[in-house]
Amino acid sequence: MKDLGKMLLQHENFSEIVIGNTAIVRAMIESGVRVVTSYPGSPTPEIGTAISSIPVEKRPFYFEFSTNEKVATEVAYGASINGHLSCVFFKSVGLNVAADTFVQLGHMKLTGGMVVVLGDDPGAHSSQNEQDNRHIAKLSYTPVLEPSSPSEVYTFFKKAAALSVEKQMPVILRLTTHTCHQKEKVAFDSWSPTEPDNTPRFSSKNENYVPITSKVFPMKRRALERLDHLETEHPLSDLDIFHDNKSSRGVITFGTTYLSLMDVLINTDKKPDILKLAMIHPLPKKKILGFLNSHDEVKILEELDPIMESEIKTIAYDNNIKCRVLGKLTLEDNVGEYTPDKVRDILNRTWTDLVKPSSNQSSTIPVPARPPQMCPGCGHRSAYHAIKKALKDDDIKVGDIGCHTLGFLPPYNMVELLMSMGASTAIASGMSLFNKQRDVVCFLGDSTLFHAGAAGITNAVFNNHNSTLILMENGTTAMTGHQEHPATGRNFDEPTQKIPVRQMLEGLGVKNIIEVDTYQQKKLIEAVKESVSIKGFSVVIAKHPCMLKFMRTQKKKSGYLLRQVHVDQNKCDQLNECISSFACPTFSRDDKGVITINSDLCIGDGSCVQTCPVSAVNFDGGKK
Amino acid sequence: MKNLNIFMTGVGGQGIGMLSEILVRAVDYAGYDFKGVDTHGLAQRGGTVVSQLRIGENIHSPLIEKGEADIVIALERHEALRSGLEMLRNDGTLVWYDTSWQPLPVRLGAEKEITTETVIDKVLCKKNIRVFRQNLPDTRMQNIAVLSQIVKNDLIKGMDLETCKKAMADLMSEKLLNINLKVLED
Repeated sequence: MKDLGKMLLQHENFSEIVIGNTAIVRAMIESGVRVVTSYPGSPTPEIGTAISSIPVEKRPFYFEFSTNEKVATEVAYGASINGHLSCVFFKSVGLNVAADTFVQLGHMKLTGGMVVVLGDDPGAHSSQNEQDNRHIAKLSYTPVLEPSSPSEVYTFFKKAAALSVEKQMPVILRLTTHTCHQKEKVAFDSWSPTEPDNTPRFSSKNENYVPITSKVFPMKRRALERLDHLETEHPLSDLDIFHDNKSSRGVITFGTTYLSLMDVLINTDKKPDILKLAMIHPLPKKKILGFLNSHDEVKILEELDPIMESEIKTIAYDNNIKCRVLGKLTLEDNVGEYTPDKVRDILNRTWTDLVKPSSNQSSTIPVPARPPQMCPGCGHRSAYHAIKKALKDDDIKVGDIGCHTLGFLPPYNMVELLMSMGASTAIASGMSLFNKQRDVVCFLGDSTLFHAGAAGITNAVFNNHNSTLILMENGTTAMTGHQEHPATGRNFDEPTQKIPVRQMLEGLGVKNIIEVDTYQQKKLIEAVKESVSIKGFSVVIAKHPCMLKFMRTQKKKSGYLLRQVHVDQNKCDQLNECISSFACPTFSRDDKGVITINSDLCIGDGSCVQTCPVSAVNFDGGKK
Repeated sequence: MKNLNIFMTGVGGQGIGMLSEILVRAVDYAGYDFKGVDTHGLAQRGGTVVSQLRIGENIHSPLIEKGEADIVIALERHEALRSGLEMLRNDGTLVWYDTSWQPLPVRLGAEKEITTETVIDKVLCKKNIRVFRQNLPDTRMQNIAVLSQIVKNDLIKGMDLETCKKAMADLMSEKLLNINLKVLED
């Protein structure tokens, strides 16, 4: 079996099949990064997985999953101004959380350098929006490099790090979901480790780190000058790709859209010239001007928002260019990932003679949709099953981000609205105002509590809001791959002080707290009824360990016996409680209505046993 | 050989990730250039999971256009039909494991379960290979049972038992490897 950790530390050059999220870790090592921080969020958490393959004592840099993206950015910033090259990575919407600190970075002299790795999510594969973080890069005066493949992730990171160190400014490496998860064989360079310098180099004598009043202006001027320099000098010009197809038409593009474009054009003999940019903010003006001047028509093929389009049109206008600049044609061009199918249709609408539209292979045979599900044995399922019985139909149910968001699905329908990490408590507070008719209940996960949940809870106590928070405690950060959090008693590397959820709530001043294991259905129903009836703010801690994580540990134990439940067909009255109300994916129903267990799925947790009104669901004997 | 687009699908938890990782490494040992991509994240929780692998020359994006898959590999019946209809070329090959993990609308009684016959009758393709094996040591080895059929039917020229074994040895502990090799060679 190949040892990834060993490979990542190898001194000799080598080639290996990796995803973008793994390639970046080798780039960190070769670049001499000393501090890496993050908060887990798709599409980036596998960067943490790759880091974890290197034993802590051999790891050439410090790594932590911080409590949220803002904290992660601040830890990386602190390290950088002490002279250490640092890197922070998180998902698209994580930048909103980090923004208060992040937007200041461009103003600062980052002595050690700092690379901000963003995992944007065109296509909203695992996010609540498709926000285009190039907007935030612009408002913070931060340059952006965007790779399109794992090989480019590796190369571009090293260039970003070198640029950041040289200019002492932050540099963004913008990845998207399909750069992070794309797989290819990457050729890695050799690496010779150097003795690290641990001297804390921070000095406020010659440098201002206090941006207030008139001191802001020289800092802002420096930020603008740094960008201006990149725009005119374009030091990373070598990373751009230019295809000269001797055409009067041109396309300017970047990132994975370039890959889609290349595939779609493969069979056409009328290929336009292509300029693929590596640095997408600021834009290299001179190069773009040259490209516009040498073509009659130039298409800006740009995923998400028309940011580059506006800038290139400005360049064309200011320079009185004759070339026709073609941007987005419909609003739909702003929506969704630029897959080969999508790029084909856009090109076809732009130049009808160039490529055929995508095949509309649609079928009249319906296939049942398969939305994601809570896993067999999931404590959240038991929680929703009981809570639904405890609440009235018109009570308002506010969800939050995490596996428990899946409670929006039938048959539970227990999440009626969703906003962002930790937002549920405060939204519930707002909904309780002037509201004497409908009780307001909100949900929150335990990792999210530490991430951004505490402020809403503190506010609910402080301003005495009338709502009930149900804290869905599963003892891990499940959705992103089981990362530790402050209540688990471990950090990324070692055991650490545990901050129990209940203690934290008590510390925030919450008076009414009931703690129940979600498998105890009757107790949980009573607890929710009681909490909702309390005037003021109350909390139910609905806890059960993540069973996916639990079972992975169990299965590794020697002598482990898998037990499973079965349906006693003599007792089963086909009341369908297990199927239509509890709805564990383990229960299947044939066309005659007979309910059976899918033995591929049942983990033998038994959470379903108590939910059968006629006691037809029982355990069988142990089986290997 | 002409380029091959391979579309893999199944339900989160069935082992599509492992199967795709074995295939990527096996085609690499067979000497092909390739690009691949897997689904990660929340979709893995009991939802449809997809992995795409494109092998051959001059390949850029790992994403396959609709109706352009030469091979669809499915580990579950509903997913075999879904991707067989949406992704597979009419001259392509469907290879699928015949097990049913009922999707939510089926379990709730809103829609009908897809039958084995539907997958055999309704997917337009050149070759339809149904895989089912009694007495697998572990249901999580259905992916290897499918791999075994891919090798036996020589669906990817040059990707044979040897390249698969080498790929599996890169990815599995010795104990796991031995059990899985038995399924592969059976």
